[in-house]
Amino acid sequence: MTTNTQQFGDATLTAEQAQLEEILKRKPTSLWKDAWRRLLRNKVAVVAGLYIILITLAAVFAPIITPYGRDEPDFANVRAAPSVEHPFGTDPLGRDVFTRVIYGGRVSLGVAFVGSLTSMLIGVVYGAVSGYLGSWIDDLMMRFVDLMYGFPTLLFIILMMLVIPPNSSPGLIMVGLFVSLGVVSWLGTARLVRGQFLTLREQDFVVAARALGARPRRIISRYLLPNSLGPVIVALTLSIPNLILTESTLSFIGLGVKSPVPSWGGMLSDGWRGMRAAPHLAIFPSLAITITMIAFNFFGDGLRDALDPTMRGRE
Amino acid sequence: MLTFIANRLVRSVIVLLLVSMVTFLFMKLVPGSPFSSDAGGRPRSPEVQAKLEAQFGLDRPWVEQYIDYMGDLLLRFDLGPSMRQKDWSVNQLMFGRDFWADPWRAPVMISAEVGLFSFVLAVLLGIPLGVISAVYRNKLPDHIAMFFSTLGVSIPNFVLGLMLILVLALSLGWLPVYGWGETWKQAIMPVITLGTGGMAFIARLTRASLLEVLGQDYIRTARSKGLSEQVVLNRHALRNSLIPVVTILGPLLAAWLTGSFLVEHVFAIPGIGKFFVTAVFDRDYSVIMAAILFYSLVLVLANLAVDVAYGYLDPRIRFD
Repeated sequence: MTTNTQQFGDATLTAEQAQLEEILKRKPTSLWKDAWRRLLRNKVAVVAGLYIILITLAAVFAPIITPYGRDEPDFANVRAAPSVEHPFGTDPLGRDVFTRVIYGGRVSLGVAFVGSLTSMLIGVVYGAVSGYLGSWIDDLMMRFVDLMYGFPTLLFIILMMLVIPPNSSPGLIMVGLFVSLGVVSWLGTARLVRGQFLTLREQDFVVAARALGARPRRIISRYLLPNSLGPVIVALTLSIPNLILTESTLSFIGLGVKSPVPSWGGMLSDGWRGMRAAPHLAIFPSLAITITMIAFNFFGDGLRDALDPTMRGRE
Repeated sequence: MLTFIANRLVRSVIVLLLVSMVTFLFMKLVPGSPFSSDAGGRPRSPEVQAKLEAQFGLDRPWVEQYIDYMGDLLLRFDLGPSMRQKDWSVNQLMFGRDFWADPWRAPVMISAEVGLFSFVLAVLLGIPLGVISAVYRNKLPDHIAMFFSTLGVSIPNFVLGLMLILVLALSLGWLPVYGWGETWKQAIMPVITLGTGGMAFIARLTRASLLEVLGQDYIRTARSKGLSEQVVLNRHALRNSLIPVVTILGPLLAAWLTGSFLVEHVFAIPGIGKFFVTAVFDRDYSVIMAAILFYSLVLVLANLAVDVAYGYLDPRIRFD
């Protein structure tokens, strides 16, 4: 194949042929590998992603990396400003704020991850059913979604959290949080998945599969779902900051996990009362919440740009 | 157009009814009763509890209670007595002891003021910011504006409020820490806190929308006709790019409402939000229910207004 151009010696033909051969020599690549490469080029997204990995690891391995116990009081050292022994200072009971912020990450991140997974599950199933079945079922299901869009979601979450008795175990409260956040946030995902399914259904490769007699289960799992996943993952990532914010808000007004279990919103709520004398009590939880939200926002933006098929080949 | 409005109206009413039913149901499902302990926090005996509940009509079947509540609400505009604040009825809490004597002090009005100022701030600053960003795309003004708006969208508003208090009030002493209504200085921090998120969001959206419009063929036509860039912007581009901005005003208002009670809590502004938070802490169910209904009403009305405006501005929607 490489020889005919050299033999004929025509300059333009050679250049064009050479280019084509160059392209043919490239290894086949998939959407995911492509996207991964593009993602890695986005420095902001990479930094954000590293931060996310860092705090997730910190939350998981909290007992190992924290210098003090989570609830360990030190009454001699109450409300101390940040120092070498206590990098974030101590709280009104002498507990190390750095330790509590790391443990607080467990609650905030845990709620955000599980909540978003729950809402994604509900949304994907709902959207898939609606998009795949089409016609009046789709109509009806989407009408319901439209109606629900008018619902004030935070108020609804507050209502659901009020049902849980005030002195329940932290575990129960967290389950309540997962459920209420999941139940309220699935709407966007459902619309997204349904839209994707509706479009993909009419594409040739799906029609062909159906003509060949593929069962619906295979069509959905092998063709429709994988191709819809991209936007869903982006939506998932971008929903996390909102969930973190909601959890912090709930804790701030007293509906989240209670002391002694630390959560960023709860620590903020306790901290702002003593802000005049001990501002560090409010600053560090705030920073934790804000930086984490920003990181997820930037990472989600980067993911979206990376997975955008219109940007393929623009390396 | 009329069918469009009627359609949206019917939807709004359905949503409101649903909200009221769900809220009422949840209020009945919450554990414990507001009468389980008295004003001093000491637990009451079950017999006294039962008697108080009967007095407030809490032992009748739920459907009956709901109908009564809605009847009172819709016909006589009576939201019932507060269950924790013994002297006050919910109406008094929300509208002040004597509404007509001094309407501006009423919590409803105060919350409305805060919200209105924040709204004006967000729109007056957000849209020009977005326009500048789009016009000077990828140059310095764009980068600066977009950086700050990403920050603005990411920072939770109670965090922003706390930081502002820390810096402007406690450290520098320039502004009063809390309160509302006494000096104009008290208005600065709460309005900035509440308005920044919305402003950032509007700026980003305006920029994206204007960029999209500027890429359209009719803009190219206008330019090739020899019109100056200014005229092209003002006469053709801006109007069309503002349409998507109008559509997000509905959900944005939702964020304002829900954010507003945090801001009121942090800045000790005596608006509805503050009562709401206190009621949540105290489990004062009649106030909670009234506040939720109120917020939902405002939200639904705002969405309705936005829908109708959108239908008016974009004829394609009307004939969907």
